Amino acid sequence: MSALVIRDLHKRFGATDVLKGINLDIDNGDFTVLVGPSGCGKSTLLNIIAGLETATAGDIEIDGRVVNAIPPKDRDIAMVFQTYALYPSMTVRQNITFGMECRNVPKPQQATALERVAKLLQIEPLLARKPAQLSGGQRQRVAMGRALVRDPKLFLFDEPLSNLDAKLRVEMRMEIKQLHARIGASIVYVTHDQIEAMTMATRIAVMHQGEIQQFADPDTIYNRPANLFVARFMGAPPMNTIPARLEAHAGRPVVVVGDTHLPAPPSIAPEWLGKPVILGIRPECIAEPTRQFGDGTAPSLTITAPVEMTEPTGAETIVVLRLGGTKILARVAPDIRLVPGAPATFAVDARKLCLFDPQTERLIA
Amino acid sequence: MRDASLSRALLYAVAFLLAFLYLIPLAVVLLNSLRTAEEIVQTSMIGWPRVWAFQNYTAAWADFCIAQTCSGIRPYMLNSALVTLPATLLSTLLGAVAGYAISLWRFKGDTWIFALVTLGVFLPEQMRLIPWTIVLRDVGLTNTLAGLVMIHTVQGLSFTTLFCRNYYIAIPADLMKAAKIDGAGFFRIFYRIVLPLSPPILIVTVIWQFTGIWNEFLYGVTFTTGTQQPVTAALIALSASVADVPQHGVQSAAVVIAALPTLLVYLFGGRYFVRGLTAGAVK
Amino acid sequence: MSHAAPSPARPLFAGLKRLPEFLVIWVPLLLSAGHVVVFTAWTTWISFTPSTLVPVDGWVGWRNYTNVLATRNWKIAFDNLLIFGAGFVILTALVGLLLAIIIDQRIRGENVLRSIFLYPMAVSFVVTGTVWSWLLNPGMGIQKLVNDWGWTSFRFDWLIDRDMAIWTIVIAGIWQSSGFAMALFLAGLRSVEADLIKAAQIDGAGPVRIYTRVILPTLWPIVIAVMVILLQFAIKTFDLVRALTGGGPGLATQLPALVVYDFMFQRGHLGRGSAAAVLMLLTLLGVLLPYGAWKYYQRRRDARA
Repeated sequence: MSALVIRDLHKRFGATDVLKGINLDIDNGDFTVLVGPSGCGKSTLLNIIAGLETATAGDIEIDGRVVNAIPPKDRDIAMVFQTYALYPSMTVRQNITFGMECRNVPKPQQATALERVAKLLQIEPLLARKPAQLSGGQRQRVAMGRALVRDPKLFLFDEPLSNLDAKLRVEMRMEIKQLHARIGASIVYVTHDQIEAMTMATRIAVMHQGEIQQFADPDTIYNRPANLFVARFMGAPPMNTIPARLEAHAGRPVVVVGDTHLPAPPSIAPEWLGKPVILGIRPECIAEPTRQFGDGTAPSLTITAPVEMTEPTGAETIVVLRLGGTKILARVAPDIRLVPGAPATFAVDARKLCLFDPQTERLIA
Repeated sequence: MRDASLSRALLYAVAFLLAFLYLIPLAVVLLNSLRTAEEIVQTSMIGWPRVWAFQNYTAAWADFCIAQTCSGIRPYMLNSALVTLPATLLSTLLGAVAGYAISLWRFKGDTWIFALVTLGVFLPEQMRLIPWTIVLRDVGLTNTLAGLVMIHTVQGLSFTTLFCRNYYIAIPADLMKAAKIDGAGFFRIFYRIVLPLSPPILIVTVIWQFTGIWNEFLYGVTFTTGTQQPVTAALIALSASVADVPQHGVQSAAVVIAALPTLLVYLFGGRYFVRGLTAGAVK
Repeated sequence: MSHAAPSPARPLFAGLKRLPEFLVIWVPLLLSAGHVVVFTAWTTWISFTPSTLVPVDGWVGWRNYTNVLATRNWKIAFDNLLIFGAGFVILTALVGLLLAIIIDQRIRGENVLRSIFLYPMAVSFVVTGTVWSWLLNPGMGIQKLVNDWGWTSFRFDWLIDRDMAIWTIVIAGIWQSSGFAMALFLAGLRSVEADLIKAAQIDGAGPVRIYTRVILPTLWPIVIAVMVILLQFAIKTFDLVRALTGGGPGLATQLPALVVYDFMFQRGHLGRGSAAAVLMLLTLLGVLLPYGAWKYYQRRRDARA
C-alpha cells in the first residue's frame, strides 16, 4: 500500500501559485527526497503534508486515509526540523516525551519508548540535559529521537542537516540512511542539497517553480534527467549542455558540435535529423584518452578540444575546455598534465549521452 | 601620549561633574528630609543638617495632615500599593497571553488589532478622561481603588501586549510547528513552551508597569478624592496644604517615602529597566 | 509577513471546547484595542456637543473648537508647547547624546555612571516637579544658597519670571528624560559594527573623525526615534507642570494638557475640554503620522533593496 498519495495539489498565496498540481505516490518504506532550489515549493509541500498549512486544492492521503481536514497531531506523522525546534526550557527527556504527554500515553509506556529510542540513537547520557547544553550533532539526534519515539506512519524531514558543519553532515547523512535501512520507515525528506538527495534517497522528486520535474530513482534522475533543469540541477559540477545539431552520416544519426561528431543515442527518433538539439554530457564522461569506461567493453571514442583552464582538486582535475564555442567541463585523473591554451585529446563515454529538445527542454534521447 | 592622558582626564572630569549634577536633587531631598523646618527657613533648601530631624519621617509617615485628614502619607502609600500591584500583575498576565496569541497564532484581522493596540500606547490620557468617568460611574467604581485598578489594567494592556508580542515574535516558527505536531494546544503551548521562555520579558514588563502605575498622577487626581487618592496625588495635596506654614523637612521625607518603591525597583532591576526602554522604543 | 508559519485558517469559534481559548485571546485584545477606538470616538463626539458639567446629546458643530482656539489660555498654552517642545526635545537629545558618548569611551565606573544618569527616569513627574520647585525657588533654592554665600546680586529666579518660567520645566524635563535618551543612544553606539570602526582606523581616522563621520551617521534612525518619543512626552506633559509651577506664574507655563483638564474639571465645560483633547490628539498625530510614514517608506525601501 502507499504510505503517501498526493493528488493534484495546488497552493496559492494571494496571486502567486506556489504549488501547481503536485501528484506523488510514495510506497511504504520508501525514502523519498524532495529536492529543488530555494523557493521551489518543497517546504510548503512538506508543511501541507504535515497539516501545518492548508492546500488550496487537492488531496493528501496518508496510509490510505484522506487527511485534508485532520490536524497535524492526528495525522500519525513525525517531523524533524532544520532548526531542530527543540523546546529550550525542557530537558532532552521531556523533549522526547512531550508528544506522548500531550496524547496522554501512560507513564510506564512513555519510559519504555524513551528507553528504546535513546538506545537506538545512543543519547542516553544526554537525557537530563537542556538543548542549550548540546552540540549541533547532539541536537540533531534528539530531534530525530523525538520523531522516532512516535513510531509514525510517515516521517517528515525538513532540511535537517543544513545547519550542521560539512563533516558532521556527512556522518549524519550516513546515520540517517542506516536508520532507514534498520527500521524501514517511510520518509519524506526535503533538501536543497542534491548530494544529500543522491546519497540517501530510494526515490527523488526534483521540484522547480511549484512543479515536480521528475520523480524517479536516483540512477534515472542522474543518468536520464527528464529535462534540462534536472540535468543542470543534479550533479556537481552539473551536466554539460551543449547546443548541437543532429545529422545523418553514413546512414547513422550523428550529433555535430562544431567540428566534432559524436554518435547519437540509438533511441533518437528519426524526425530530429537535420534539427538543432541540446547535447547533455556529464563531466565524468569526458576523461583522459587512456580511460576505459564501464567494464572496458564500451566503444572507445575521442574528441580533441582546446584546454582553457585546469582546476586540480587533489582526487581529480577539473578541466575547462571549449567544444564548438561552448565552455564545458571534464574530469580527468590528477596526474594528467594539460597546458592551458593547447588542444588536448579526451575519451568520451558515448553510452551516457543525452539529447534534449531546445524548445521544450525535454529529454528526447 | 600626553595628549591622550590629558583628554582622558578631561573626560573623567566632565563625567563626574555631570554625575554630581544629576545627584543634586536626590541629595537635597534626602538631606532636607533630615532637617527641621526652622533650619530650612533660616538658611535654604540646600544644606547639611545641623540637627538630625529623624522625626520628619515618623511625621510624614503617620501624623502629617493632608487636607483635613491627619494620617500622614501611610494610607496613600497603601492606596498606591493596592492599585499598583493588582494592576501590574493583571495587565502583565493578560498582555502576555494576548501577545502570545497575536504573535504565534495568526488569525484574521490580527494586524489590524495589533495596530490598534499599538495606538493605545500613544493615545493621550486626556482623550480617555471623560469616557472613563462615565464607565466608572456606570459600573459603580467612582472614587474607588478598584476603579483605578481597572483603568490601569486596561490601559496597561497596550504596553504589555506590545512588549510581549515583540518578544514572542522571535520564537522560531519551527518550535510552534513541532508543538502542534506533538499535539499541544493553545494553553499547553503557552504554559509548557512559551511561559518558560518568558521570564526576561515578564520581568521587564512588571518593572515597567510597576513604575508607570505607581508614578501615575492624572487618573489618580481625577477619579479619586480624599483618602482614596494614590500617593502622587497626595503629594500635590500636601504641597497645597503646607503653602502657608512651610514644612519642607516633613514634605521632603514624604517625597522620599513616595519615591522609594520605584527607586528600589530601579536599583534592583535597573538592568531590565534599560532593556524595557530599548525594547519599547525600537519597534 | 514577519512570521513564516501561517497556521491553517482557523475558524474564530469552533465549539465549546475552544471557548476558554477564545475568551483568553479576545477579551484582552478587544479591551485594549476596543477602548482606544470607542474612547476616541466618544470624546470626539462630546467635543461636538454642548456638554458642560455632564455629557449631553446635541450638536453644536465646530463651536467648541472655535471657542477653545479663541481663548487666551489655549493660545498661550500652544505657544508654550512650541517653546517647551523644541527646547526640551533638542536639549534632552543633545545631553543624552553627550552622556552616551561619554559612557561609550569604556570609562571606569561605567555602570555606576549609567545608573546615576538614568535614575531620574524611575521617579514620578510629581516628585521631580516638587523637588525642582524647591531648588529653583529663588527664596529658598539655588539663588538663596548663592546669595547666602555672599554673592548677593546673584539672580536665578526663572521660576517667578514670566518670560523664563517655561525653561524651568525644560530643566526638570532634561534631568528626568536625558537618561532615557542616553540609554537608547548608547544601545545604538554599541551596535555599530566593530569592523566598520577598524576599517576607519586603518584609513587613518582619529577618534573625533570616527565619531562624526562613521558612528554618528549610523545613529540617525535612533536620533529620530528618540526625538519622536520625547516630542510625544512633551505634548502629553501634565504632572510635571502641576508639581513644578502649577501652570504659573500667571499662564506662563500653561500647556495644552493642563488646559484640557482645566476646561473639563475646573470650569465644568466637557465639550470644550473634549475639543481641546482632540486638538491635542491632532497635534500628536501631526508628529506620529509623518514618522510612521517615514518608517513605512524606509521599510519598503529596505525590502526592495
